[in-house]
Amino acid sequence: MIGIVDYRAGNLTSVARALNYLGEECRITDDPEILAAASHIIFPGVGAAGEAMANLRERKLDDWIRKWVADGRPLLGICLGTQVIFAYSEENDTECLGLVPGAVRRFPELRGEDGRLLKIPHMGWNGVRFTREHPVFRDIPAGAEFYFVHSYYPAPAEDKWLIGETDYGRPFCSAVARNNLVAVQFHPEKSGRPGLKILANFCRWGGRDAE
Amino acid sequence: MLSKRIIPCLDVRDGILTKGVKFKGNVDIGDPVTAAERYYEQGADEIVFYDITASAEGRNIMIDVVRRVAERIFIPFSVGGGIRTVDDMRRVILAGAEKVSVNSAAVENPHLITEGARAFGNQCIVLGMDVKKVAPSAGTPSGYEIVIQGGRKYTGIDALWWAQEGERRGAGEICLNSIDADGTQEGYEISLTSMISTQVRIPVIASGGAGKPEHLTEVLTAGRADAALIASMVHYQTYTIPEIKHFLQGKGVKVRNLW
Repeated sequence: MIGIVDYRAGNLTSVARALNYLGEECRITDDPEILAAASHIIFPGVGAAGEAMANLRERKLDDWIRKWVADGRPLLGICLGTQVIFAYSEENDTECLGLVPGAVRRFPELRGEDGRLLKIPHMGWNGVRFTREHPVFRDIPAGAEFYFVHSYYPAPAEDKWLIGETDYGRPFCSAVARNNLVAVQFHPEKSGRPGLKILANFCRWGGRDAE
Repeated sequence: MLSKRIIPCLDVRDGILTKGVKFKGNVDIGDPVTAAERYYEQGADEIVFYDITASAEGRNIMIDVVRRVAERIFIPFSVGGGIRTVDDMRRVILAGAEKVSVNSAAVENPHLITEGARAFGNQCIVLGMDVKKVAPSAGTPSGYEIVIQGGRKYTGIDALWWAQEGERRGAGEICLNSIDADGTQEGYEISLTSMISTQVRIPVIASGGAGKPEHLTEVLTAGRADAALIASMVHYQTYTIPEIKHFLQGKGVKVRNLW
């Protein structure tokens, strides 16, 4: 069973629908006992970092997630879930989970090729350059694009945790991997076939990095 | 770099896909779930559903349509039409829509944008605008006026002002429909689209007037739109989405390839 962490951060049912389509059993819950029975944890979310961390602390899910990751079990962060995995977010000046050293920063005012200010949020389909092999990103075609909606982006403290990069005015980190943890800024559940492939790969992943 | 999005718009009445011309007469053209699946398979980047049902029963049918669509397609889709309260928004979002679009109800009660953005996040709230060209005046200096109730009622509100007000209130995106161009298949209204798109920081979806792929090139380049809404040109299978995207790529417009 795949556990989907419910911490009142947006609508989590689209992740569950994608897993159902893939034939994976899943539960959306904030109950650590139910989550503990899961083989894999997906940590999604849409919204603001400050409220997300407050909700996690209130449900004592912050320490629970830290322990899950420390035990070497597989976790996939999506969008806001990815952002709160880092140590700090500029959004609401929030101290986050600290599972990956680094910070989450607001997109600065960037100009596109035509010299005009790029729109924020970064919303729509964009490519991801995967920088190395990883079981969760196996068999993803090089030109595949994914659906993004965000105004903040992750900046890992060290490049070794960056596994995917996307261009929006300049390159930013759109996928992260550290041991048994993978996290993506885009929405695999809304990214058509390549997104479903990532979810399917994750559900079959034992939690060991290819390195 | 972001791809320009190609978005089929499905008008749904009592659970049936339909297509109107200039807000007059509608013809039924099929099952919205089947159509949505076909466009998903063809590489649509997003889908817009517009519920033109009048009755309460029809609204429940629409929720069922949304639920069935959400089980089958894995790209974002929005639902508009008849969304008057935060509870209406919640119903379609829980049924599986990524975004909700508000139009007349937001003009009558602008707090709806603010409250929706607070409840679900800015990225969930699309401000739908129906716009008609008018003589520039003190009340409508941009020369474009907001009309509501399916194009029947002039509001005296300036279109550019309303777009910027919507952004301030927390709309995450604007779907800009030209009533003059809608249903004509003679091309989008380029000057309106570029005026709005260059004066807000949120993405703008151009709507109304698409008849051939050239029209999309025009609105996605000169019109500065981030996305283009299409209806008749794909509903009647005059063009497929891959044909349109191939054409756009040939013109140097970045669009998403299907994998």
